[in-house]
Amino acid sequence: MPADRVTPLHDRHLGLGATMASFAGYDMPLWYQSGAVREHLAVIETAGLFDTSHMDVVIVSGDAAPTFLDYAFTRNLRSVRPGRAGYGAFLREDGTCIDDGIVYPLDGSRYGIVLNAAMAEPVAAHLRTLPGADAVDVTGPAIPLGKIDIQGPLAFALVRELFSDESLFGAFPYFSFRGDFDLNRSDIRLDDGTPAVLSRTGYTGELGFELFVPADRTGAVWDRLIETGRDRGVLPAGLAARDSLRTGAVLPLSHQDIGPWPFRNHPWSFALPLAADGSFTKDFHGRDGLAEATDAAFTLPFAGFDQRRVEAADSVVLHDGREVGRATTVASDMAIGRVEGRIASIASPGRPDGFRPRGLACGFVRCDREFLPGERLVLKDARREIPVEIVRDIRPDRTARKALRAAE
Amino acid sequence: MKNFEELILPKELRYAKDHEWVSPTAPHRIGVSDFAQDQLGDITFAELPAVGKTVAVGEEFGSLESIKSESSLFSPVSGTIVAVNGALEDDPGLVNREPYAGGWLVEVELANPADLDNLMDGETYQSRVKESL
Repeated sequence: MPADRVTPLHDRHLGLGATMASFAGYDMPLWYQSGAVREHLAVIETAGLFDTSHMDVVIVSGDAAPTFLDYAFTRNLRSVRPGRAGYGAFLREDGTCIDDGIVYPLDGSRYGIVLNAAMAEPVAAHLRTLPGADAVDVTGPAIPLGKIDIQGPLAFALVRELFSDESLFGAFPYFSFRGDFDLNRSDIRLDDGTPAVLSRTGYTGELGFELFVPADRTGAVWDRLIETGRDRGVLPAGLAARDSLRTGAVLPLSHQDIGPWPFRNHPWSFALPLAADGSFTKDFHGRDGLAEATDAAFTLPFAGFDQRRVEAADSVVLHDGREVGRATTVASDMAIGRVEGRIASIASPGRPDGFRPRGLACGFVRCDREFLPGERLVLKDARREIPVEIVRDIRPDRTARKALRAAE
Repeated sequence: MKNFEELILPKELRYAKDHEWVSPTAPHRIGVSDFAQDQLGDITFAELPAVGKTVAVGEEFGSLESIKSESSLFSPVSGTIVAVNGALEDDPGLVNREPYAGGWLVEVELANPADLDNLMDGETYQSRVKESL
């Protein structure tokens, strides 16, 4: 087996005493010395710093790029306003999912696409097979990128200190961005001249940014963020906290919660160009396959009643004692608990005094039929059975969409 | 992850190959070593047996659920569970913070005190951990 690849921050992780593990072909931090629970809670209460340099970026350019990508991507890009980005998926003809990603329109004829780790090659190869591919260029960024996610209520304060241009932060709502993925063209720079892309996105459900800088500058930027955050309770955070936070925020993990099965009947319908009557508002690759997949399974979010989990890979989902599906993700959101039956977070305004929940099992199940919020199922593995409830949402009172100024 | 130098592996305890420790003198408490808790990561739930249950050497008596995975606990000795650490219900992180003190798991009355002789002493366990790092 080939050795794992490393990100530009690999030596920082080792220096910080991280517990490392292989993820998508990269040697990545699972957690640092404070542990995944404190890292998870830091993102709710202060901020966490994540190395996400393993994620991939593809650039699609050419005069035909808008038409080409509007067909290649599930999201209706014509509805994405200038300065904004759109979340969606790349599907095969049969409607099954290759990967999810965020498309950033850079100018009238160029788009940056941020994909999951190691997905640039397969997605680029797929794009080259689509109609109109001859008329566009599919490449990687001109300058290799590193990426740091700064997530949590203190994210704005931390990021602001990297930039001297305060006007950058005017009108900066969720899913908007500044800069260009071809960094030599980027019009935003850190106060030390480092070119960057700053995006108000993330994978935690909390207020934050994804910051792209040249790979060879990533270590210096990380060191600054660690330094400025140190006295404010900001922690470097690893993949374990990233997974538990995204689960509580009802965000899918590609190849686990979405994957080679029809991309429908799931909580992420906003990634599809759906009209109110359920029809599609544009043509896109995989549309007919999706339309035909009328017996597609339902992916549904659930929450448990305490912190006990089952192993997702070995578990079955039971309804009235009968097997109806499988769990795709089972995680513990350590910031939530039940108060009189309802889920509350350590950030909920009405939480009881001194609320320190033990966490709740939560995740996604893929079932052969639809269950509605409030319906009870049982997850069973070799060790135990746990009762769970289908829910609309998991961790309440998240901050991702809050106005930046309100976060100060 | 902790370096070998950062690990606390008390010499006076007895250790099983699965990284459980037992105190060699009564009361015989069982826990997991600093090495084990460091490998597991933050413990979020400890599933422990009821007082009065009998266990045999190598038998699973419970599990520790960490943020990433779940690990079985195997009894290093045979005997009867006479106490269970109730503090772990509210604060399972004690296993991480104090693996030999507040993070103990169960207390057993030994059925066969000679079981202790089949376990590793502190020095043997230390060298075994050192090799595995």
